Amino acid sequence: MRYHPHTPDDVRAMLDAVGAASLDDLFRSIPKPLRLARALDVPPALDEIALFGELGRLAARNDVAHPPFAGAGCYPHHVPPVVDQLLLRGEFFTAYTPYQPEISQGTLQALFEWQTFVCLLTGQDVSNASMYDGATATAEAALMATRLTGRKKIAISAAVHPEYRKVVATYLRSTHDEIAVVPFGKDGRTDLDALQKAVNGETACVIAGWPNFLGVVEPLPEISAVAKKAGALTVSVTAEAVALGALQAPGALGADVSTGTFQSFGNPMSFGGPAPGFFALREANVRQMPGRVCGATVDKHGRRGFVLTLSTREQHIRREKATSNICTNSGLCALAATMHLALLGKKGLSDLARLNHERARLLRDAMKRAGFEPVFSGPTFNETAFDVGDAEAAVHRLAKKGIVAGAPLARWYPDLPKAKGALLCVATELHSPELIELFAQSVRG
Amino acid sequence: MANPTGWKPAMEKEAKGGAAAGTPEGAGAGGATRGLAHEEPLLFERGSTGRWGVSLPRPTGAADPAKEIPSALLRAAVDGMPELSELEVIRHFTRMSTWNHGIDTGFYPLGSCTMKYNPKSSEALARLPGFANVHPLAPPELCQGALELMYQLERALTEIAGFDATTLTPAAGAHGELCGLMVIRAYHASKGNPRKKVLLPDTAHGTNTASAALNGYEVVQLASGPDGRLHPETVKAAMSEDVAAIMVTNPNTLGIFESQIAEIAEIVHAKGGLVYGDGANMNALLGVARPGDMGFDVIQYNLHKTFATPHGGGGPGSGPVSVKAKLAPFLPLPVVVKEGETYRLVTEQKERPRSVGKLREFWGNFAMFVRAWALIREYGPEGLAQTGKLAVLNANYVRKALQGVYNLPYETDSLHEVVFDDGLQKTSGVTTMDVAKRLIDHGFHPPTIYFPLVVHGAIMIEPTETESRETLDRFVEAMKAIAEEAKGDPEAVKAAPVRPFRARLDETRAARKPVLRWKPGMKVE
Amino acid sequence: MDFPEDLRYTREHEWAKKKGDRIVVGITDFAQDQLGDVVYVELPDVGDPVKKGESFGVVESTKAVSELFAPLSGKVVEVNDPLTDAPETINEDPYEEGWMIVVEPSDPKELEALMDAKAYRAFVEEQE
Repeated sequence: MRYHPHTPDDVRAMLDAVGAASLDDLFRSIPKPLRLARALDVPPALDEIALFGELGRLAARNDVAHPPFAGAGCYPHHVPPVVDQLLLRGEFFTAYTPYQPEISQGTLQALFEWQTFVCLLTGQDVSNASMYDGATATAEAALMATRLTGRKKIAISAAVHPEYRKVVATYLRSTHDEIAVVPFGKDGRTDLDALQKAVNGETACVIAGWPNFLGVVEPLPEISAVAKKAGALTVSVTAEAVALGALQAPGALGADVSTGTFQSFGNPMSFGGPAPGFFALREANVRQMPGRVCGATVDKHGRRGFVLTLSTREQHIRREKATSNICTNSGLCALAATMHLALLGKKGLSDLARLNHERARLLRDAMKRAGFEPVFSGPTFNETAFDVGDAEAAVHRLAKKGIVAGAPLARWYPDLPKAKGALLCVATELHSPELIELFAQSVRG
Repeated sequence: MANPTGWKPAMEKEAKGGAAAGTPEGAGAGGATRGLAHEEPLLFERGSTGRWGVSLPRPTGAADPAKEIPSALLRAAVDGMPELSELEVIRHFTRMSTWNHGIDTGFYPLGSCTMKYNPKSSEALARLPGFANVHPLAPPELCQGALELMYQLERALTEIAGFDATTLTPAAGAHGELCGLMVIRAYHASKGNPRKKVLLPDTAHGTNTASAALNGYEVVQLASGPDGRLHPETVKAAMSEDVAAIMVTNPNTLGIFESQIAEIAEIVHAKGGLVYGDGANMNALLGVARPGDMGFDVIQYNLHKTFATPHGGGGPGSGPVSVKAKLAPFLPLPVVVKEGETYRLVTEQKERPRSVGKLREFWGNFAMFVRAWALIREYGPEGLAQTGKLAVLNANYVRKALQGVYNLPYETDSLHEVVFDDGLQKTSGVTTMDVAKRLIDHGFHPPTIYFPLVVHGAIMIEPTETESRETLDRFVEAMKAIAEEAKGDPEAVKAAPVRPFRARLDETRAARKPVLRWKPGMKVE
Repeated sequence: MDFPEDLRYTREHEWAKKKGDRIVVGITDFAQDQLGDVVYVELPDVGDPVKKGESFGVVESTKAVSELFAPLSGKVVEVNDPLTDAPETINEDPYEEGWMIVVEPSDPKELEALMDAKAYRAFVEEQE
C-alpha cells in the first residue's frame, strides 16, 4: 500500500520496541465483543490505473461539454491555470490551521490578503478568514444581529437565495427567533412598503440580496434606511461576487454586515461545494463576529508578521458562550479566490464585471428575438429570469443537447405569476456570443 | 589547450560546519537548516498602476451598466485593488509558500487533526472536468456520475462506521455536530419533549459544547476518571429524563478508548437518551471496530482527517453524519436516492417531512467526496483495516520511546494518539510552548498543545499511519534533544524558534490593537 | 506576589477597598499573573447594578476569558474607562491604576464577609 511505508521488518521491530506480540495486541483496550469480526463491506482495492478508470467512468457520466446557463448561487467562470498551479504547492495545500504562526506565515499573510479583498469588495471594515458557505454565513449574521440588538425578529426579503433562507430558518429554529419574509414586486425588487410594515423595534436585522436571487439589483440605500430607522442592522447577501466589480460596495450603501460567497473567484463549481463563504462587518461589532480572523503584528525582532487573533470569541476558549461553533473554515477556497483576485487586479475585475454584464445583455437580446421576455422589470447584473412558457420542459429539452438551461423559478416560487415559464439564466465570460445564440434558439425548440 | 575561461575551480580545503545534528550549526533532527527565504510584502504593497495579470476578452462597450442601473448603485472600479503582472503574482505566492510547513514538507503530528498524507491522485481526480465543472442544479440526466458517487460514498461511510444511513451535507466536523444535535433534538421533539440537557466529558472538544449550546441545550460536564476514561457511575448519576444525549469521542481526546462505552450507552438509552459520537478520532478504529456496534446512535465523520482530504489554511472540511435507522427520517436535505438504475436528489421537505431541513447551500463539499471516495476505492477493505492498525502502532512506538523523557499523565493504553505534558521540564522553567517552538528548529511541526484541558501543558502527538519508522525515530531524537537542552541550556529552548522565517510573534499586540486588513499607511503599533 | 494589607479579597481573585463610603474593585496580582497579558476588558456602565457573587464583566488574555465577579452588591458609580484602550494597566498595576469599578454598596457589611490579606494569601498558596 503506497501510503503505508511500513515493511514487515518495520512492523516487527516496532512491535518489539513497544513490547506487543502483534498489532491486534495494541487494541486490547477495546473489549472483544466490540471488535469487528469481519472485513468491511466496501468494494475491493483498485490500483491507480483502475482507480482512474473507475472514477473516470463516473466523471464521464456528467455532461460538462458546455458552460451551464444556470447560476442561482453557483457560477461558471474561467479560473486561470495559474491559480491551480500556485494553490497546489504542497506548502500551501497540505498545511492546516496556522496554530504555529512562525511556520505558517504563507497561510497567514494570504488570509490577511483575503480579508482585505473582502473588505475592498464589500466596503466593510473587517472580514473573517472565511465561512463554510454563503448560506451559513448569512445564518450566522442573523444570529449575530439578534445577539447584538437583543431583539428576536429578523426580516428577510423573499428575493434572497431560497437555499440561504432555508438555512437561516434551520439555524434560528432553536433560538425561537421569528422570521418575517418580505415579498418582492413585479420588478423583482423587495417591496419597500411591505418592508416598512415588517420592520419595527423588535427587528434585529433586515437581509437583502446584492444582487438578489432573481438577478435584480435592489434599492439597497432605501432598504437600509428602513432598517436604520427601526434600529435594525442591514445585512447584504452576495452570491455572485463578480457583481461587486461593477456594483457599488454594499457597505457604502448602508449595509452593516455583508455575507455571501466568493465561489466565483478561483473556485470551480464542483457540484456546489466547497466554496469560500465570507463574513464582513463594521469595526465596532468585530468582537461579535464568528469565525477565525488573522491580524498583523511583529515578531521578537520587530519584523512584521501575522497571527490568528481575537480567539477568545471562538469555541475552543469561550465554549458554550462562543459566537459560533465554527472551527474549520474554507481556507483553500479562500486562498484560490485571493490568488484569482490578485491576478485580476483593479482593471481585470472591472473588465470581468463589464464583460459579464455585456454577455447577459447579449443573452437578453437573443432571448427577445427568440420570443422570450424577462419576467422582472428591475435592473439586473448577469442573471435574468425569462418567461419561456414551460421552464421544466425547456430544461429537459436542452439537456438532450448537453446544456444546463437554467433554474426554473417555480421550484422555489410556485405562486409567482408566470411561475411555470420562469427560467433563471446567467451569462458570464464563458458564454460566447455563438453559444448564446444557439441557446436562445434551442429554448424555442 | 589552456583553460579558456580563466576560472580555476578548487574544492574548499576544509568543510565548514557539519556539526552534530541538533546543534544550531548543524541541521535539526528533522533535517531543518537555513534556506534562502524571501521577504514578500502584501499584494497591496506591490505592483504599479495599470498592471494586470489575466487574459480576458475585452468588453466591447456595447452594454453599459449605467444605462439601466442607477449610477449611485455602481462603481467604475474597486478602489484599493492591487495591480500586479502575472509574474509578480506568481513570485508573490511562491515566496509566501516557502514560509509554510506542510505535510509535504515534514512530519505534522497535530493530535486530533490526523495530518496524514494527502494523495495526489485524488487531486487529479477531483479536477477532472466531469467533476469540477458540474453545476449543482444540473438536471439529473446530466449529472448521474456525481449522484452515483455520492450514493456510493454514503453507503461506504454507513458501513465503515456501522450505522444505517448517512448524510453528506455538513461542511465540517463542527457542522456535523450541529447537524447531529439537531437530529437528536428533532427526534425527541417528535416524541413530545426535546429535553433540556446534554452530557459531555471534560475531555470534550470546544466545538461539542458550542454545538450543544447552539441547539438550546444546557451543557453538563462530567469528570473523567484517573484512568482518563468516562465511568458509568458518573454517567448514571447525571443521567435523567431531562438529558437528550451524551456526546462522546471514542477514542477520546487523550487517545484512550472509552472501554465502558457499551455500559454508558445502555445507561443513557435506558432513560430514553441518545448517544452522539464525535468521529474526529475514527482513524484509530478503521476496520477494527465500529461506533455503530458500540451503542452510538449518531456520529459525524471528518473527511479532512480520516480520509485525507486537503485543508490548507484551515479548511475546507467535510463532516458527513451517519445515524441509526430511527434517526434517518430527521436527516437534513438533500438525500440521494436510487430509483431503478437512476439517481436523484430529494430536496423537497414534502418528500421528507421530518427532515431538520437545510444546513448549507446545495448538497455538500462534493470536491471532497471525490477525494474521499478515491481513497476508499484505492484502499479497499484491507487498506482501511491496515490504516487503523498502523496509526495505532506509530503512536505507541512514539509513546514507548518518550516515556520517562516527558511526563505521561495517564498510564492507560493509547490508541492512535498519545498525550504527554511538561511536568518533567517544569523545574527548569521550560514549558510545553517552549518545547513546541524548539521542535520547529528541528524541522517538525509541533504536536497539538494545551489541549485537552484536563491535562495542564498537554502535548498531544498523533503520528498517523503514513509516517515511516525513520521519521518517528528522528522526531523522538528531537524531543530527547530538547529535553536534554531544557536541563542544560533552558534559555536556548525558551529563545526558540530561531530558524524559521519569523521568530515568536507578539500575539498580545495583535489582540490589543487589532489590525485585520491592509489600509494605505498601515502600521503595526 | 503582592497582597496589600488594607484590601479585602474574594475566592475569585477580586479585591475590594473602602474609599469613603464607596468601594473600589479590581483583580489581584495573582489573577493578572495567572491570566497573562490582558488584551481586553469589558466593564459595566455607570448606573448599572451589581450583585454579590454575580458577573459584572469579563477580562481577556489572548488565550483565556475570565469573568469578573462582584464582591458585593450595589450600584456602579464610576468605571475606569481608560482600561479599554490600555488593558495592560491591569497587569502593570492591578491594585492602583488597574482599578475597574467603584460601587455604592447596598450593604457595606458585605465587605467584612470577604477574606483579609492573610487569609487570601493562604488561599492562593493552597491553589499552587
